[in-house]
Formats: sequence, C-alpha cells, structure tokens
Amino acid sequence: MMTNPTGRITQGQFSFLPDLTDAEITAQIEYGLKRGYAWSVEYTDDPHPRNTYWEMFGMPMFDLKDAAGVLLEMNNCRKTFPEHYIRLMAFDSTRNIESIAMSFIVNRPAREPGFALERQESHGRNIRYTVRSYVTDAPEGERGNGKA
Amino acid sequence: MESGAEARANAPTEIKDVKKRYKAGVLKYRQMGYWVPDYVPKPTDTVCLFRITPQEGVDPVEAAAAVAGESSTATWTVVWTDRLSACDSYRAKAFKVEPVPNTPGQYFAWVAYDIILFEEGSIANMTASLIGNVFSFKPLKAARLEDIQIPPAYVKTFKGPPTGLIVERERLDKFGRPLLGATTKPKLGLSGRNYGRVIYEGLKGGLDFMKDDENINSQPFMHWRDRFLYVMDAVNKASAATGEVKGSYLNVTAGTMEDMYERAEFAKQLGSVIVMIDLVVGWTTIQSMSNWARRNDMILHLHRAGHGTYTRQKNHGVSFRVIAKWLRLAGVDHMHTGTAVGKLEGDPLTVQGYYNVCRDSFTKQDLPRGLFFDQDWCDLKKVMPVASGGIHAGQMHQLIDLFGDDVVLQFGGGTIGHPGGIQAGAVANRVALEAMVKARNEGRDIRTEGPEILRRAARFCSPLQQALDTWGEISFNYTPTDASDYVATPAVAH
Repeated sequence: MMTNPTGRITQGQFSFLPDLTDAEITAQIEYGLKRGYAWSVEYTDDPHPRNTYWEMFGMPMFDLKDAAGVLLEMNNCRKTFPEHYIRLMAFDSTRNIESIAMSFIVNRPAREPGFALERQESHGRNIRYTVRSYVTDAPEGERGNGKA
Repeated sequence: MESGAEARANAPTEIKDVKKRYKAGVLKYRQMGYWVPDYVPKPTDTVCLFRITPQEGVDPVEAAAAVAGESSTATWTVVWTDRLSACDSYRAKAFKVEPVPNTPGQYFAWVAYDIILFEEGSIANMTASLIGNVFSFKPLKAARLEDIQIPPAYVKTFKGPPTGLIVERERLDKFGRPLLGATTKPKLGLSGRNYGRVIYEGLKGGLDFMKDDENINSQPFMHWRDRFLYVMDAVNKASAATGEVKGSYLNVTAGTMEDMYERAEFAKQLGSVIVMIDLVVGWTTIQSMSNWARRNDMILHLHRAGHGTYTRQKNHGVSFRVIAKWLRLAGVDHMHTGTAVGKLEGDPLTVQGYYNVCRDSFTKQDLPRGLFFDQDWCDLKKVMPVASGGIHAGQMHQLIDLFGDDVVLQFGGGTIGHPGGIQAGAVANRVALEAMVKARNEGRDIRTEGPEILRRAARFCSPLQQALDTWGEISFNYTPTDASDYVATPAVAH
C-alpha cells in the first residue's frame, strides 16, 4: 500500500480525482480528437517513474476520429490485462510540439505495492538514490502485479 | 503640442554634402544620419520601439534621432574618423515617431539597427548597445524600451533554452496539465534538515516541484551543500512514495562563476533534474549556465529577481517582454512571468503577452497585449513560464483560463500555509488543478463555472474545502501600472 495521500501511483493528468467513468473518458478522448491528436493505449506491469516505454496495445490510432473506437480499444486492453496499469496517451504532431499532449491512467491493479527507495551511502555524506519497483523482483510475465 | 506628422514635416534631414557633414563641431543628430524617415528596415535589421519623454523644448524627432545615435555609433560631436568606416551602415536609424496615445509628452520612436552591430550569440553585447548609455542621456527625461523585433538571422546565432518545455515534459512524464510548484517558506532561517521537511511534504502531497527562493544561496543558517543533500533525500523519497518524477529547483546563484559551477556540479551529482539561477547574475552568467545545463541534461530555472527595478514603471526602463525575449535567446527553461491575479504587479493582457513570448513558435503583433512586432522564433525551443506570488487554489479557474496548460503554477503560502499542513495544501492544489483541467476538456466554461467546479471537487476532498474556506475570498485588486498604451489603428503599428 502506498502512503501518499491518494494511496496509489499519481502519474497522469487525473490520478487525484475519483476514477473516470467510461463516459468521462469519452469526453477526454473527444477533446483530444477535436484538437487533432492521435490516441494510443499503453500498458505495463512496471510503473517505475522512469519506465518511459510502456507496451503499446497496438499502434497510435492516427486515423481513428471516433471516440467510441478508442474506448473500444481501451476496453479490449482492460480485458486482456486487467491487473496491469493502462494509460491513454494523445500525440500531437504539430511542428514545435511533436510530443505527448495528454496522458492519464485508466486501469490499475487491485493492489499497488509502489516503490522502495534504496540509499547507497557513498563518499562523505553523498548518497546515491535508486527507486526500485517492488514488482520487478519477479521476472517479466510472472509478476502478478501485487497479487502475492 | 507638435504632432508626429508635423514633427516629421519640420525636421531638418540628413546633410548629404560630406564637407558640411564632417566639419568639426556639433550637429543635430537628425542631421548626422540618425533620422531617416523613409527608411524601410531590412529583413536582417533589429527594430526597437522606444517610449521617449523629451525634455521641455526638445523636438521629438531630434530626441528619437539622439536615441538612435547614442545606442549605436554617435558621440556628442562630429568626428572625422567616421570617414574611415562604412559609417552609414553602422548608424542606427530612427524612422518613425508617433505620440503615445492619450499620454502628453511621450512619443513612440522606431529605430532600426544593422545586424553587423551585434556580436553573434551575445545578449551582453546587444544590451550594451540598446540599453547602454542611451537611458542616461540628458535631453530625455525618460526612456523605455517597449519592444524589440529580432531578425531570424540573429535569432539563429543563439541556442536558446537548453531543454525547452516540450522535452521538459517528456523527461518529467507530465502532460496535458499545468505543473505545480511551491516556494519553500520561510525564505530565510530554516536549517537544511528543516528545509528538506518542507520539500518532502509538498512533493509527497502532490506537487511536481519545490523551489528555493531567490535569496537562498549559502547563508550562515544553511550552507548550500547541506541544503542540497537534505533536499535531494526529500525529492527521491517523495518520488518513491508517489511513482512520479519530482524536482526541487536548487538555486546555484553565488558570488562567482566558479562557485556556481561547483554548486551545479554537486546538484547534478546528487541526481537533481533542475537547477536555478537569479536574473541578477547577469546575461553572461545566464548564457554560461545555459551551456552548462545543455551539457549536463539539466533543466534551468530562472527567477527574475530584480526586474521590477526597471520593468515596472511605464515611462522609464525596459519592458519585461523585451527581457523575456532576451532570456529565451540566452537560454533558460523556466522564467517567472507573473500571475496577473496574485500579489505582484501585472495587467492580465500585458502578462499574457509575456507568456506568448515564452511559448510561441511565431509571435504575432498583438497591441492589446503590448506586442508591437511579429517575432519569428525560428524553431527555438520554448520556455516554460512560471506563475508565482500570492496565488491560491481558489483562483485555479482564472489561472488556467489566462495561461493554459504550459505553465508552472507556484503556490507557496497557498501550500505551506494550509491549516491541515503542507501535504494537505499540496493535495488541495493538485485536486483543484486536475478537476479544472478535466472540466475544461469536457467543454465547461471554467471562467464562469470555475467556483462551482471547485466547490464540487471539494465535496470529495476536504483539504480543498479547507483551502477554499481559508483563502477563497482573497484577491489582490490594484490598478496595474503597466497596461499597454495603444489605439487599435495602424498608427502605432510598424
């Protein structure tokens, strides 16, 4: 159990709010589509803050302009990986942006074990810090995401 | 009072006969070639707009020509050595003078500068010309550099922000919402250990950044190394507790460059994602630290300490929009640009103008926002503006409406002064922020519905309710001193 005020990982745009319903997610998808973004679904069993590359659940949906279609892909991902972290990401290809414009978590494991902070005492008072995901002690594919 | 058009008609023009022009003695600046009313700026020229207040009896055209002269090649008397150089091209050229609308005694003067006048990649050199001697010039009661148009050819001699707001977001893994910060308070007097406590509570509670204040360097109560060590323990502990990348702006401002490099190296060694400098360190130091930040994958935060001494009064100094343009070229990733709704000076439209200068790919002329020129940024990276000073969660709708997503909102007192503690203060701000972004994306009109959106969010978040109860009614409504003077006609348009 994580001890921050939300009790869970707080990445993404909306982790401090109650979980978004599918209708609320649809409204966000529509906002992105109106601005010309391409949506993508990504999942992982290791939400380390510097684990940049979550697995892609298919490619970004560049030509999909229908929020229902994006929601369908998201729900397929939820069915396939119910105990993984899943996020929706919107890509903006505008010159001088060409990056991610929106990102929020839409699925989490039932239990979120979080991270350890390892301190390696170094010379003088220096400390080298490592943030370690508790789940990565087990090999990929055998992590069960918090389920003992 | 003589109008701009009459002044132009009466002005004696450049003396073309070289024997008369270079005869020893004193000439009017406008006779020396600094007033060229038919001049059309070249695409490689820098164009400055000055607001000048000539002394009683000084003709505005002569005053404008004097500004052009004193900010480029002129001295008070004719010198024959001019004739050894291609002096015509080195002279800045005043080419237009107009009365400032509704402001007797003040004039806008447009002056063009050839690109050869400025060393490539040096703000110190450009400023030594443009705001060097000229602001002390006796025939002017006051002068202000209102805006500047920098040609693409000169823009491209600068590397600009070492990181830029797009890459900053990628590094921090934070998208689609303003970033949240807080300045550690009290500014002075905390020990390193006590200071780190504030950092940890704020970041664990939900802020993205904490910040050293501008005057926290290395005083007797807290040595800089002590601060860095405790702060980085707090940053890393909060990162593990939340699963987010967190940062704290470690202020490396010091008495010498050597000290600044030493402090920055230590910040890097401890794994900080960001270091901070104060504007008072000067242009050369800013560009050196920008180079250092680029070499070391570091975000560079700039606090604009001291700017109010020359940006605030409308008749004299340098507008912050000019400082912001120079800072983007010099290369900082964050800069403080005002809040409009907080405790510090700022007309909302004028402040939005500063934000545009930081974030635009191409800034369009926008007179109500004080932007007199188009400015092509030539793909130079964008600066993340920082809104800091007397703001609180109850203003979240106004802040997001005014500034959008690409901004760091810093709630110092509004976090640390929360009745439920620092973590509760951070939660209140983060919930207010996320609720407002979500509502805006859903199509709600946050400007009018904002207070209701906050009240609804507070129903599931008691820290937000406490924040609204404490500060909900606090506002700082004073008349700004620096609203834009313009009339919506082509008269002042260049």
